[in-house]
Amino acid sequence: MATLQELANSVIEGDVERVKELTQELLQAGVDPLEIIDKGLIAGMDVVGTRFKAGEMFVPEVLMCAKAMAEGTSLVKPHLAGKELKTHGTFVIGTVKNDLHDIGKNLVSMMVESAGFTVINLGVDVSPEAFVKAIQEHKPDILGMSALLTTTLPYMKETIEAIKEAGLRDSVKIIIGGAPVTQEYADQIGADGYAPDAGAAAELCKKLVGAA
Amino acid sequence: MLIVGELINSSRKPIAEAIQAQDAEAIKKVAKEQYEAGAHYIDVNAGTFVGKEAEYMEWLVKTVQGATDAPCCLDSPDPKVIERGLAVHKGTAMINSISLERERFEALVPIISGTDLKVIALCMSDEGMPETKDQRMKIADKLINLLVQKNVKIENIYVDPLVQPISTNSIFGVEFLNAVEEIMERFPGVHTICGLSNVSYGLPMRKLLNQNFAVMAVAKGLDALIINPLDKRMMANLIAAEALVGRDQYCMNYLKAYRENKLDV
Repeated sequence: MATLQELANSVIEGDVERVKELTQELLQAGVDPLEIIDKGLIAGMDVVGTRFKAGEMFVPEVLMCAKAMAEGTSLVKPHLAGKELKTHGTFVIGTVKNDLHDIGKNLVSMMVESAGFTVINLGVDVSPEAFVKAIQEHKPDILGMSALLTTTLPYMKETIEAIKEAGLRDSVKIIIGGAPVTQEYADQIGADGYAPDAGAAAELCKKLVGAA
Repeated sequence: MLIVGELINSSRKPIAEAIQAQDAEAIKKVAKEQYEAGAHYIDVNAGTFVGKEAEYMEWLVKTVQGATDAPCCLDSPDPKVIERGLAVHKGTAMINSISLERERFEALVPIISGTDLKVIALCMSDEGMPETKDQRMKIADKLINLLVQKNVKIENIYVDPLVQPISTNSIFGVEFLNAVEEIMERFPGVHTICGLSNVSYGLPMRKLLNQNFAVMAVAKGLDALIINPLDKRMMANLIAAEALVGRDQYCMNYLKAYRENKLDV
């Protein structure tokens, strides 16, 4: 019989077809759907995140693994029958105002989602006001901001100021990333964390909600 | 092949430190090395110094041109920074860069209009970054036409079709290459230019991908590059590629490079 370990391994191998097969087998064998997600799919993706961070796996592989995981998850979902999918929390992410870069931000979004968060991706060119509105609407545990240009970097600071002014700063952890971003800059503008890559961002999110 | 040397960029740590310390000798050395390695333009960027970018731009232009006869490629989206650099620049500078983003276009176009300045025209609009060839063509078409209407000579326009990483979508490389080909065909006189490092983002052995991509782009008609000219393999590849696509009459440049021991790297 298929095991959760085999499922996790197939996620790590990015083998979409095998993940679908194993997920079906496990469901038919009556394994708890939540276990399949937690100890099979997410467990596999955790390893992928660690290897990615260590430079042993690369972006296209991570994308394939995430696709495999997503296919598996979509097979499990109809079987949850009212059971709540356990999540580490809600993560809202966007690229700051006047900045149209979305590739890095989307990688972070995908890795954080694969790590077991509910992710709301606001897209690119997100104004400070739009970030504030999204916090009010989605009440996230963590907010992520991306900037890829030295000219748009200052909007991170402006957004944090706007969140403070709206009285929401204490309700949400804020993390930042992107080519020109550094830990020093994060400290300087009062962010709660900085991640140099998507794997690190997922770990940072888990740490911030006490799930790591 | 027009080469823009990319090394004097404040996002690189040793350069940021040299700018901060106003260490003219360090900057001059990097400028000279690039010029001697075959760069036609020396890119100067002080973008990480928010608030001091204009002042440092002026200093960089003076410093670079104090060490070489090369013109500079003024690298900033901020018109005030560009103007400050232009004020002290000798010769004909290149501006890096204008795009179809409305604010950026309108701010920079008065500086370029009616001059002999060369300008990099980045295929980016307020609608975002293009992914396919057709999206690139749409932006390039508008951008070239708007610039020509604003009295910019077509031969001074260097269209950058925008390189995106193949690690996130396997078609990004080929869509870029096909855009180069179509731009060169549809707009006679215009140039195409790009940086390379984006293409290999997220993958190991990035140099290998960058070098091969450069050669493929040359085959499609690309005639300018923003690169590290100290990369000897890259420079040798480009010389070979130009000879192979018929842009080196009687292979004279190739043979010259051979005699100067530039090819066996």
